Amino acid sequence: MNDSQMRRVYLDHNATTPVHPEVLGAMLPYYKEKFGNASSIHGFGKEIKVALEESREKVAKSINATSNEIYFTGGGTESDNLAIKGTAFANRKKGKHIITSKIEHHAILESCKFLEKEGFEIAYLPVDKSGFVDPDDLKKALRKDTILVSIMYANNEVGTIEPVEELAKIAKDNGVYFHTDAVQAMGKIPADVQKLNVDMLSVSGHKIYGPKGVGAIYIRKGTRIIPWSHGGSHERSRRAGTENVPGIVGLAKALEIVHKEMEEQSKHLRNLTETFYRKLTQAIPDVFLNGHLEKRIPNTLSLSFKAVEGESIILSLDLKGVAVSTGSACASGSLEPSHVLSAMGIAPELAQAAIRFSFGRDNTMEDVDYVVKILPEIVSRLRSMSPLYANK
Amino acid sequence: MYSAKVMDHFQNPRNVGQIENPDGVGHVGNPVCGDIMELYIKVEDNHIIEAKFKTFGCGAAIATSSMITELVKGKSLEDAEKISKRTVAEALDGLPPNKMHCSNLAADALQKAIEDYRSRKKNI
Repeated sequence: MNDSQMRRVYLDHNATTPVHPEVLGAMLPYYKEKFGNASSIHGFGKEIKVALEESREKVAKSINATSNEIYFTGGGTESDNLAIKGTAFANRKKGKHIITSKIEHHAILESCKFLEKEGFEIAYLPVDKSGFVDPDDLKKALRKDTILVSIMYANNEVGTIEPVEELAKIAKDNGVYFHTDAVQAMGKIPADVQKLNVDMLSVSGHKIYGPKGVGAIYIRKGTRIIPWSHGGSHERSRRAGTENVPGIVGLAKALEIVHKEMEEQSKHLRNLTETFYRKLTQAIPDVFLNGHLEKRIPNTLSLSFKAVEGESIILSLDLKGVAVSTGSACASGSLEPSHVLSAMGIAPELAQAAIRFSFGRDNTMEDVDYVVKILPEIVSRLRSMSPLYANK
Repeated sequence: MYSAKVMDHFQNPRNVGQIENPDGVGHVGNPVCGDIMELYIKVEDNHIIEAKFKTFGCGAAIATSSMITELVKGKSLEDAEKISKRTVAEALDGLPPNKMHCSNLAADALQKAIEDYRSRKKNI
């Protein structure tokens, strides 16, 4: 079968998503006739300023914030960098202690590592075997000089939803700022900044059927934070640089869509992933779930296939038109197994055997059936080569 | 990211399995780095007449394992010992840089298998 005839199934939506046609439609005018600079005072600029502020309003509405608490950035990573470093440096006279978790995205972990070199102290909270941070651990880690807590809303590798509301309350009760990386949670579970009681929340465009290279951050009014890029007075001087207007319009439109369709999509995705999990574990022995079947974002399943290394499954599935990813070392070029799975206490040989299936709105039950049909043979072939699997 | 030859050996690996009563076995790797390889050899008149492998690992790990079983067949032990990581990688039309060390275990496994053969022989 050649490539053009092969069925293609994309199950890597936590890596990125296709731009929704309505999003693209909303963006296009801002590449063509509406190309002005929002900072210009002439007509070309003014209409862009209007679009920019309407987008801000839409983003604010989707998370129950006010529009002057929304700042547009160049993506989820930039939002995370601003939250961590911007808050750290603005509050360093108060203290130099920051608390995060061991399973954060690298945008958080690497920002924290940078701060360690700058004299800050970071506490990395452990997680249990399903990937949950224990609120009691946060209570114990808090110090008089703690200035910031950053815990992700949902984990990108295993999908576990952290008890952010409870964690944020603990931080607030102790007068400490709370940031959450909600990049993987947006559009999948409700993200109401008042209910969650967070001070900062990061959002990315391309994980929610919006464009790449654009993100946003919610910063609660009154939060002490310094900008991380300097220049013009864009984004009320918290993020210098001419705004990526088509991207921002796209991000706002995407958030509006995923917010509106969340309930329906959540049902759809839960149905697909639960069916997939059930059928696959019936078809293949020794498959283990990493994470929690209930308290997860509904599109994400991380499964370990005993005695088979993750990349070899990815390559085999790719040859059959199926796109998945791994938290495992080989694919990313590092030697260590996934920091998330390691923190969850998953044994190295099972961590190296993990595959992340992340479904999206366009996936169907036929996609599920196709993968359930082809995967058993792939796994059994690789197991027959594996010195770690006793042939039964 | 992989050459066509790597993909060929990954999809159609040569000489998978174990040899019953092997003359030498090389076991290398560990689960933390993600690759484990077992290489079995049969030796006659100082020549490797058969080699088989079992590997847990990524595409590169499986392809290098497969390739080395082809490279050693019929070679004298002295010639087989000269096979390096580079030899294996070149025979596969190259490997991505990050795979040169972590997943290119086959040459190490071969050295160990030959050592094992020699120490067994000494003890007879």
